Amino acid sequence: MSVNKVHSNKVPSALAIGIARGGLEVKQFMRQRESVVFTLAFPIMLLAIFGSVFTNELSDGVTFSQYFVAGMIASGLVNTGFQQLAIMIPVERDFGTLKRLQGTPMPASSYFIGKSIVVFVTMVIQVALLLIAGVLFFGVNLPTDPAKWFTFTWLIILGSAASTALGIAFSVIPKSGRGASAVVSPVVIILQFFSGVFFVFTDLPGWMQQVAALFPLKWMTQGMRSVFLPDSFAAQEVAGTWETGRTFWIILAWLIAGLVISIKTFKWEQAR
Amino acid sequence: MSSVINVRGLEKSYGANKAVAGIDLTIEPGEIFALLGPNGAGKTTTVEILEGFRDRDRGDVSVLGTDPGVKGEQARKWRNRIGIVLQSTNDAGDLSVYETVAHFAKYYSNPRGVDEVINAVGLTDKSAELIRTLSGGQRRRLDVALGIIGSPELLFLDEPTTGFDPEARRAFWALIQDLRKSGATILLTTHYLDEAEALADRVAVINQGKIIEVATPALLGGRATSLATVSWKGPNGLQSERTDNPTTLIRKLTETYKDEIPELTVKRASLEDIYLEMIGGADVSQ
Repeated sequence: MSVNKVHSNKVPSALAIGIARGGLEVKQFMRQRESVVFTLAFPIMLLAIFGSVFTNELSDGVTFSQYFVAGMIASGLVNTGFQQLAIMIPVERDFGTLKRLQGTPMPASSYFIGKSIVVFVTMVIQVALLLIAGVLFFGVNLPTDPAKWFTFTWLIILGSAASTALGIAFSVIPKSGRGASAVVSPVVIILQFFSGVFFVFTDLPGWMQQVAALFPLKWMTQGMRSVFLPDSFAAQEVAGTWETGRTFWIILAWLIAGLVISIKTFKWEQAR
Repeated sequence: MSSVINVRGLEKSYGANKAVAGIDLTIEPGEIFALLGPNGAGKTTTVEILEGFRDRDRGDVSVLGTDPGVKGEQARKWRNRIGIVLQSTNDAGDLSVYETVAHFAKYYSNPRGVDEVINAVGLTDKSAELIRTLSGGQRRRLDVALGIIGSPELLFLDEPTTGFDPEARRAFWALIQDLRKSGATILLTTHYLDEAEALADRVAVINQGKIIEVATPALLGGRATSLATVSWKGPNGLQSERTDNPTTLIRKLTETYKDEIPELTVKRASLEDIYLEMIGGADVSQ
């Protein structure tokens, strides 16, 4: 199969290469069995644990599992995008993967597109499995209102894009692949506690809520609550409403910030 | 200019350390050009500037008529015409050889055939195997496959046979010579003098950030005209003499020894001897 019959000097587009990279990254991800199992099963395990520990009803017939599923999905956005990339990209930098790519006509934007695709695909599978397990074993109710599914869809798309961009942006901070996890994981875990993933957000101290409100995870979590909890529950949110519009703009702002930082600071090689 | 690589007055410092201290270099189309030098001589810095991985402080550099510091779409067009084989990478172990080569082919406007390239580097049997099952030498061959998949006009080869056994090195050299036949220009950096001798049309020796000499391997350091050492077994054991005219000496010896001259050898300086002398000499001059 020889492709070089027609001589053209048109380098393939960044988008075409990006999509090819996405396919390759998904394939690579699926072949790493341990990480597939961990990424996909961990949220379900957490749901099982928290669902059995906290069996009380919050109010309006909302179980803790129902509340927690919203947090787990939002948290999944941060784990599969931000955390995964901020740890993996330094590893790829150490291995010389990035330097090799830098030596080809592949632009950084294609690399970013590839990462967005693998994060999005992973996210979709993870959420689907979590919801199936939730409905089958933990009494989670799915929304019936199409408007809520619309919110759900844009939250997943916008959220995984923002999380990807921020993961790439943050990947310049760890000095080595080996140390990356130690730098990145605490950030994620603290954000999860502050953002009301593991606890009811309004039970947290006020200062924690205010810190959390600066970061996107709180808004992703709140957005997911608007999807999975009855509208009457909105009265118990800090603002007394779901703040859907504000949620959209804040996550979008983080996406843009992440993209700008990624484009400005992305490193192919660890400076010596 | 028609040269593939043209460098004038290249300089690069890291802090107070002048890694490259004024280098001029011209490499012609179709050449295999070897850059030799001890670690820290400025070899890697020079090559990385030519590859567009590093900025320079001063000097004019043209690679395929383009400044390697070019950015954006121009950089992509330029990279479309070059191939780089870096020192070993250690990644993507979960993809097969074929998948990896086929993927990299998508980056270029005129890639070579995937199977053809895999065959050229001798990995046809391993085409469907995952990269993590390959030996070191096979991985190196894959590196080369990824370097040549885009049909480069210019190929950079950085220490290509480090860690190879002698047989694998010979096979690898044959591969490089084949590539040259296809018209590519090759810039090779290596520690191995025999490798430079076997492959290179011209050799440059670089030390302390400067090029000491550029010559064919046979002529480097006045090697062709250097003194020869003739040694043989005389009545008092092994004898040797250094001379400009080994033939004359041997003619004299044949008169002394009626038939065979016992244990006769004539040795000229090897490329390695010359090279060590050159970089040693540069050390002293500082």
